[in-house]
Amino acid sequence: MTKKDKDIAFNLISRQKINGFTSEEKLNFIIKEVKHGKILVLEQGLTPMEQTSLIQRTMKEIEHDTFIGVEMEGYGEDSPTFLQKLLGMAKRPRMTLIGPANLLKMIKKDNDMIQTKIISGSGAK
Amino acid sequence: MGLFRRGSFSAILQKIFGKKHAKIGIYGPPNVGKTTLANRILRDWTGDIMGSVSEIPHETRRAKWKKDVKVENGASSLLMDIVDTPGISTKVDFKEFMNTWGLTKEEAKRRAKEATEGVIESIKWLEDIDGVLLVMDSTQDPFTQVNVTILGNLEARNLPVLIAANKIDMEESSPATLKSAFPQHPVVPISALTGYNSDTLYSTMVKHFGKKRKKKRR
Repeated sequence: MTKKDKDIAFNLISRQKINGFTSEEKLNFIIKEVKHGKILVLEQGLTPMEQTSLIQRTMKEIEHDTFIGVEMEGYGEDSPTFLQKLLGMAKRPRMTLIGPANLLKMIKKDNDMIQTKIISGSGAK
Repeated sequence: MGLFRRGSFSAILQKIFGKKHAKIGIYGPPNVGKTTLANRILRDWTGDIMGSVSEIPHETRRAKWKKDVKVENGASSLLMDIVDTPGISTKVDFKEFMNTWGLTKEEAKRRAKEATEGVIESIKWLEDIDGVLLVMDSTQDPFTQVNVTILGNLEARNLPVLIAANKIDMEESSPATLKSAFPQHPVVPISALTGYNSDTLYSTMVKHFGKKRKKKRR
């Protein structure tokens, strides 16, 4: 195994970049990056409907020997304030961590902290 | 004898304001006891069972359903189509079936392939149901992404959810943790295996799923 194979890539994706995508584009982007062994930290995560679509897409993409799925962890959505509700603003997804399931493992999660570990030996391609 | 027989007033209210029929999906991650619960419900109300259960995850890989299961709560009742769905997960690793459960490579790969199809089918069913009995394992951490994703999805659709905190027959279970994790939804501690507290579950199902609501279109 070369050094490059062992390296693990973390990509921090800004809210602006995510918001510039349609839902379909977001899913395509995430699947492509994660299948390449990258761990993504999305400043603004996915809506519950997008998360469900991501699970569906992931299941279609699973290949026994190369891609076993994703590990996805995020906080619940931010509820809008009374004023924001009046202005028609919906709940907003919060920061989310998404990576290949063979590389990223969730240890513990609660309302305030997500604890994960990296399984070494299968880094970004 | 009064104007109304005992309990008939609530039955009249249900006729005016409530639903008579609802399609209820039993959802949750793999191995939380969805099929055990489906079997419990069917055995109690129809004398039938839904499907086989196993310790090996993803035993249910195709959705199964039973139509017109009449669940009663005193004078009220609700006719339900019960859909037992495959467990939803974000990953399926055939090696786990081999290493942990001793399946051959061929069996493990076939099971993994069918499991991925099952997850897709479960999610598709969300379009077609009126309410969800979300089964969680009360011995496990409730904040899994699958639980959070399913709940978020159902809230966005405005579908009623009832959380069954299963496996309370086990010493390490903590239904209180589930209740505090998801205070916005009714949580009923049960043991699908022993039937403990199933009466409370049935009465809550009739009340909760019997209410008329407007589904959000997606």
